[in-house]
Amino acid sequence: MAQLRVSSAVIRIILLFVLLPFSSITAAQALDLADWSALEREARGETVYFNAWGGEPRINSYLNWVADILEQRFDINLQHVKVADISEAVSKIVAERQSSNDADGSIDLMWINGENFAALKENNLLFGPWAEEQPNFKLVNADRFPEMREDFTVPTVGFESPWTRSQLVFYHDSRWLAEPPQTIDAILDWSRSNPGEFTYPRPPAFLGTTFLKQAVLELSSKDPALFAPVTDNEFQRVTTALWDYLDALHPTLLRAGRYFPNSAAELRRLMGDGEISLALAFNPNEALLSIRTGELPDSVRTYVLQGGTIGNVSFLAIPYNAQHKAAAIITANFLLSIEAQARASDPNHMGSTTVISIEDLDVGARRQFDSVSSDLASASPEELSRKLQEPHPSWTPALERAWIRRYSAR
Amino acid sequence: MSNSVLELEDVSISLGGKQLLEIDCRVGPGEILTVMGPSGSGKSSLLAYIAGFLAPVFESSGSVLVNGDDICSLAAERRRIGLLFQDPLLFPHLSVAGNLRFAMQGNAQQKSHTISEGLNDIGLAGIDDRDPGTLSGGQASRVALLRLLLSAPNAVLLDEPFSKLDTQLREEIRTLVFDKLRASGLPTILVTHDQADAERAGGEVRTLR
Amino acid sequence: MLRWASHSLILLLAAPILLGTLIASLPAFGYFPPLGSSEFSLAAWRDLFEVPGLTRSVLISVISGVLTPLISLTLVFLYLASATGSKLDLWIRRLISPLLSFPHAAAAFGLAFLIAPSGLLSRIISPGLTGWERPPDLLIVNDTWGLSLLFGLIVKEVPFLLLMSLAALPQLQPRHRIEVARTLGYRPTIAWLKVIAPCLYPLVRLPVIAVIVFASATVDVALILGPTLPPTLSVRILSWFNDPDLNLRFLAAAGSLLQLGASLLAVVIWLALEKFFGLLWRLWLATGNRNTGETLAFAIGRSAMPFVLMVIAGSLLALLTNAFAGPWRYPSALPSSWTVQHWANSLSDLSAPLFNTVLISVSSTLLALLLVVATLESERQSGKSRSTALWLLYLPLLIPQLVFLFGIIVLTEFAGWQANLSLVIFGHLLFVLPYVFLSLSEAYRQLDPRWAQVASTLGVSQLKSFWQIRIPLLLAPCLTAVAIGMAISISLFLPTQLLGAGRITTITSEAVALTSGANRNLISVWAVVQLSLPILGFMIALFIPKLVWRNRSGMIETR
Repeated sequence: MAQLRVSSAVIRIILLFVLLPFSSITAAQALDLADWSALEREARGETVYFNAWGGEPRINSYLNWVADILEQRFDINLQHVKVADISEAVSKIVAERQSSNDADGSIDLMWINGENFAALKENNLLFGPWAEEQPNFKLVNADRFPEMREDFTVPTVGFESPWTRSQLVFYHDSRWLAEPPQTIDAILDWSRSNPGEFTYPRPPAFLGTTFLKQAVLELSSKDPALFAPVTDNEFQRVTTALWDYLDALHPTLLRAGRYFPNSAAELRRLMGDGEISLALAFNPNEALLSIRTGELPDSVRTYVLQGGTIGNVSFLAIPYNAQHKAAAIITANFLLSIEAQARASDPNHMGSTTVISIEDLDVGARRQFDSVSSDLASASPEELSRKLQEPHPSWTPALERAWIRRYSAR
Repeated sequence: MSNSVLELEDVSISLGGKQLLEIDCRVGPGEILTVMGPSGSGKSSLLAYIAGFLAPVFESSGSVLVNGDDICSLAAERRRIGLLFQDPLLFPHLSVAGNLRFAMQGNAQQKSHTISEGLNDIGLAGIDDRDPGTLSGGQASRVALLRLLLSAPNAVLLDEPFSKLDTQLREEIRTLVFDKLRASGLPTILVTHDQADAERAGGEVRTLR
Repeated sequence: MLRWASHSLILLLAAPILLGTLIASLPAFGYFPPLGSSEFSLAAWRDLFEVPGLTRSVLISVISGVLTPLISLTLVFLYLASATGSKLDLWIRRLISPLLSFPHAAAAFGLAFLIAPSGLLSRIISPGLTGWERPPDLLIVNDTWGLSLLFGLIVKEVPFLLLMSLAALPQLQPRHRIEVARTLGYRPTIAWLKVIAPCLYPLVRLPVIAVIVFASATVDVALILGPTLPPTLSVRILSWFNDPDLNLRFLAAAGSLLQLGASLLAVVIWLALEKFFGLLWRLWLATGNRNTGETLAFAIGRSAMPFVLMVIAGSLLALLTNAFAGPWRYPSALPSSWTVQHWANSLSDLSAPLFNTVLISVSSTLLALLLVVATLESERQSGKSRSTALWLLYLPLLIPQLVFLFGIIVLTEFAGWQANLSLVIFGHLLFVLPYVFLSLSEAYRQLDPRWAQVASTLGVSQLKSFWQIRIPLLLAPCLTAVAIGMAISISLFLPTQLLGAGRITTITSEAVALTSGANRNLISVWAVVQLSLPILGFMIALFIPKLVWRNRSGMIETR
């Protein structure tokens, strides 16, 4: 039972982390986070290697814009290191730790959340705390939005700076499917009578795993065990319904479940080609953005399941051995600024959902976010308010491994 | 005008313990020694041995003396032994003058002068800049001869140099080559299986078994 | 004087590869001090054999490893038997080098879009012929048994094996032998199969084994075309290696040894097939049959190569269409509009990888050329031919790259080296070197030795004769070798990805990274850039000699 042995290791390390919460504050003293202008001076001329998923052109070109501004204003050279999966960066840091490369790490800043954050944090491989010292951190109003200090239930304690919000949404092509199913169970019923018109990305692809989590939350009526570290017994108990569900669902999927797309983008392509009628995304604006680029037909509509869907925040973190920590912090602070967040949330650019608490802004600043208008293709704010909390991060690898074991060799 | 003497002393070449040939001779200035023999008799190996190209698989003994100095220990390019092959082998990537200049020592201006003079002398005036690929067989053979002479060798080897020319041209080139070599006073070894070559050479004839 | 060259060639190829393989195998048996494990154990192997679907993964690797060379070589031999000397042949010979340079990833991606249920072919025949308004629910690309992977590999390896065969053929004097056989009453295709094939096979045996190893261990092609439930062994190893859970490193190490074993198994099966076919062939020869099968062999041989060409052309067309396509709904055969927007979007992203690609391919190829020419020249001067053991040159092609590259990574991590450009260039050199050697050695060895002898009898030094005679005479083959070397470097994915730690990006590494994003238009833009670079290289390699030797008619023959 490989996956369960690994998850018990995770639990052990998490317990260690809880018992010794601040044992890893090591290098933080080297930088004086209170003296922001000194930090800016130190950051000048530095290069920030920012490891972030590179599969989305919109994000890539947004980061090009960020790089231009950082160059002009802060004399910081931002290099977007495009990774197919951020876990590659995690392995890189671990490898550097193994070879005792404790000061000249190849990564300065990374886009991360969930189990990757948990893994790095547990192994004391992150620099911090620094995030709450950023001048722009107050914009997220963490007192009102506790999710800004919590990554998949794990407290971030200043080791991560919020970047974007995400929420699971479903989208459907109204030409083929006018009344989309509103619950996980309804999806199965619909798929049974319309075989081959739905599929989801293959776990451990992020979106695929999120679908599993959504299903298990709904099928178990949000069992409290999901929000605590996973154990063998709880896993078995809570997920039985999930496997029954998937066993029934898979034969009705596209290619009878013998093939799953490998990413959200491939899923989107299947929808664009008319292969499927129902899909899911982790960005509420995805359908809108893709209709604009012509990737999806304009008959596509987005919605949120009746009982709500999983939402989370993704963060920026700095590895413990980053070479250019000062510049990385300046970069993170800029990415959290009203200017950068407003541009990121503009569907003409990146089209993400901001982490800034817009209601707390003055009228002028609030106007910068006006480009996020309501559109037929997007989910309404009311729908998006139906949010479900992410399960504890230890559930993620456990679900992924169990899925792979069950379904990867049928 | 060279006045060199080429001597082969007890030269013996074997392959795998089997002796191919054995020769001992002296070629004086302007003399042409003709070596005849059927294919496989080791004629080409003899020339390769003298010129310094004999493949290491052959075993050889004896010495090659030019003006009394043994040249066997010298690298091929330091022996100053000129060689005419069956084909003119003009370097295809160089012009006619480029081919000639490649063989010469000395300063550039003097070279150009010598080249024009030499071409004139063999009846090919003004072809300095020609592409060797556009020359006729006879013209190419003449240029090859001139190239050899301009490299100022101490002795010359001829490896069936006329065998690929048609009858009329063969006569003409043969006369030119022999005349020029005699006039330059170069000791020459001619390898051939054409009886007429041997007769025109006029010198001693050795026949290999 | 040049002895150092062949020695350093051997050292350069053998040391990192053998050492890398060795080091990669240590963690497989539990020994990996950086992870706090310095005792040998079999735990990684126990975990490995518990991995679900492992048997299928290995099976698919082995099957592609055996079937790819079997089908490719059959097609190549039948083609050579039926088409040698024909007009088609002249045409194909001219196309073969550029075809070979079609990068794996771009070819695989083009092919995927050509044959997918919603792909170009399906759009062309729909709805007219099929009545399909939506793509049929058929599992074509990423099929469970790796048939589309096999198809992609065959399309890719046929040009490679053809080029290797064409390079080896002249020493067999095929025309002469065929004439003899025909005077004995054999039909030409049968004659070729009976008198040339058995002599040609030993000469292309090493390239065939390289194909077996590549096909059984490919990562980039399998990522795009291969099965996903479960993926091939190589793809799984890469994902284990990249997994944030460090314990999977042991699994990856054991997996890469298993990969070595799977490739080896494929080779062993091949050797058995060799014996079997050798026996069949002898029986066939003994029948003295002169006609039977001529028509069939001729038909397959003549149609195989145009078919492969058409598939490649179709893939190219698919890529080009997508690179300029506006919205394109199924089942329209053509996009509703054309746009350069995808190019405009990628322009700023292209520049840095493009610069790296050119820098890495030029430096690794020139280094390789230097070493290869020095080795060949020392071989010529010493008069000892083939002083470098040929199999050693094939080493980077005979051991799955995944295996020894992991070892090299572990080694650099031990040594605390940062990923940098020179490491990537070195990694590329390992793969460029064999191809530069293979493409240049025949031309170099076959150059008439009398050219050098003439130069020597004219009293010219070896050095002057090397620079002024040999190099100019070999300019065209040298440039072709450079073009091939650069094409190989441009198409490399794994060495860039692993040794560059993702910080050094090339067109290919970015293009493969983009497949996870799967925006078809954007990937097509990158793939088009990726495949136009080597074509540009080949055009330059053909153009320079034409320009330099425009007034030298004799240079056409020596080429």
